[in-house]
Amino acid sequence: MSLKIVVLAKQVPDTRCVGKEAMNADGTINRSALPAIFNPEDLNALEQALRLKDTHPGSTVTMLTMGPGRAAEIIREGLYRGADNGYLLTDRAFAGADTLATSYALATAIRKIGEYDIILGGRQAIDGDTAQVGPQVAEKLGLPQITYVEEIQEVADGRIRVKRHIDGGVETVEGPLPIVLTVNGSAVPCRPRNAKLVQKYKRALGAQEKAAITKDGTELPYASLYESRPYLNITEWSVADVNGDTVQCGLSGSPTKVKKIENIIFQAKESKTITGSDADVENLIVELLANHTIG
Amino acid sequence: MNNVFVYCEMEGNHVADVSLELLTKGRKLANELGCKLEAICAGTDLSDVEKQVMPYGVDFVHVFDAPGLFPYTSLPHTSILVNLFKQEKPQICLMGATVIGRDLGPRVSSALTSGLTADCTQLEIGSHEDKKNGIKYDNLLYQIRPAFGGNIVATIINPEHRPQMATVREGVMKKEIMDENYNGEVVRHDVAAFVSETDYVVKVIDRHVEKAKHNLKGAPIVIAGGYGMGSKEGFDMLFELAKELHAEVGASRAAVDAGFCEHDRQIGQTGVTVHPKLYIACGISGQIQHIAGMQDAGIIISVNNDPNAPINTISDYVINGTVEEVIPKMIKYYKKNSK
Repeated sequence: MSLKIVVLAKQVPDTRCVGKEAMNADGTINRSALPAIFNPEDLNALEQALRLKDTHPGSTVTMLTMGPGRAAEIIREGLYRGADNGYLLTDRAFAGADTLATSYALATAIRKIGEYDIILGGRQAIDGDTAQVGPQVAEKLGLPQITYVEEIQEVADGRIRVKRHIDGGVETVEGPLPIVLTVNGSAVPCRPRNAKLVQKYKRALGAQEKAAITKDGTELPYASLYESRPYLNITEWSVADVNGDTVQCGLSGSPTKVKKIENIIFQAKESKTITGSDADVENLIVELLANHTIG
Repeated sequence: MNNVFVYCEMEGNHVADVSLELLTKGRKLANELGCKLEAICAGTDLSDVEKQVMPYGVDFVHVFDAPGLFPYTSLPHTSILVNLFKQEKPQICLMGATVIGRDLGPRVSSALTSGLTADCTQLEIGSHEDKKNGIKYDNLLYQIRPAFGGNIVATIINPEHRPQMATVREGVMKKEIMDENYNGEVVRHDVAAFVSETDYVVKVIDRHVEKAKHNLKGAPIVIAGGYGMGSKEGFDMLFELAKELHAEVGASRAAVDAGFCEHDRQIGQTGVTVHPKLYIACGISGQIQHIAGMQDAGIIISVNNDPNAPINTISDYVINGTVEEVIPKMIKYYKKNSK
């Protein structure tokens, strides 16, 4: 059977390599100091989608992301690896969304996409580590969910069988389509970009990206291509485009509020600094043995 | 009405430790708020499950006992919580930040449009003033967690929505029996009134759960390696030291992400929380998420060639040197002096 697959992916600041310059003096985050990347576990999800496409001829993979104009990069990265198309949900009304408002927006966009058998996303994003959006999208769409997926084993006769990780073990689970799955980082890594697809899609741009190029009067390079090759236009959707209710989006749709943000200042302990010399290390070991900390 | 609820996770008919830890915390929150503590146990063959939870000071135990509720699947447990909460209107709901809690919590919060904060490291009661709208809120749950790669600690509140939901990792809160003979009430619910047959669409067809391969959580001495260990081979050195000291080896997230060490040894907010008497941090810079998982250690030794590594500020001893140089010396001098 051919499958309609939607991959949820997020552009995130690379919190794994946060340097000292990542924080401003006033304790706010200096986003420009952090590279924006494809959320790692969403890549694992994309690979599962592409494998299904490989084994189920006629299947399509649609990318869906939410973010500012530059998040069109996520769609391109999907296209480079074998996704068929993609949508960027972008609107000021989405700003400040917590996980619930985010999943509301994604769920309305998925309804707009209309046809779906499997919705895949990473287990969690590295900027929040909440793992909430997948299950919340499933609930909003009234679909079953399987989280912490390690591998999709089989899709047949309207059912899917997966292996998933649970605390202290593994489970094999079976459920009906359509379904929402979230994929672990320990699942197979995503394939690299395909050179031919990079050639095909490298000039694909969203409307905001085009506007950013032409805003100072520069002419859009290869402007005519965007008419002759419509697949180079990355579709942007606003709240209105997906028939969303602005009250349920962004800050107003978020039950959680941030009361306080504290920059981290560790309470300094009285510490003893020693060198790595033989004498210093031996003295420390002797001291720890003497006070029965070790031994 | 308006009570504190804890969802108790079941492995067979045994209540998970993380749930007992949350009952202990929930009891304290309930005392502070002047309300009752209620527990939810959903599974199969739970004839005397209340005996396991009551000593933690539970006033009401809601038991949902039916075939199909164990092993856990998302939809039946969601229906239980959603329908029970519509009746009982709790002000707070806590659950473990486990695979189950992190599957169930978001689904329930979405159905009830209530806020949920994942992986909290502290829970407190406090007030909040919304100056813009001139509203003052008392007795809110402060859900405190590191965020954004550990560079900040955020306090999250849900002023308008109930229940206020939070997940907490195992080991973060302390488990403490309040009264062996605490006498709460048991309510055995008719599961079919809460869960429809169509909720059982996802089937667990095979399941292997093993006891943990190591006892990192309970180890008196933990030797943890970070990205600074450089490689999987670098970690072999830590295992060697651990063997000598009868310690367990842990790792920072950076080391796990780099493939130096297995994921189940990760210490920190999104891993295991440890309370050893001695913690030796090797090549770990000390992101707040890591600190969150080990700050209660008795004595902390940091081995780091960066004198400005954040972990040094919470360490009792800082050994300023490379791990390659210092750790073999520790092994050597331990062997020499312990005999």
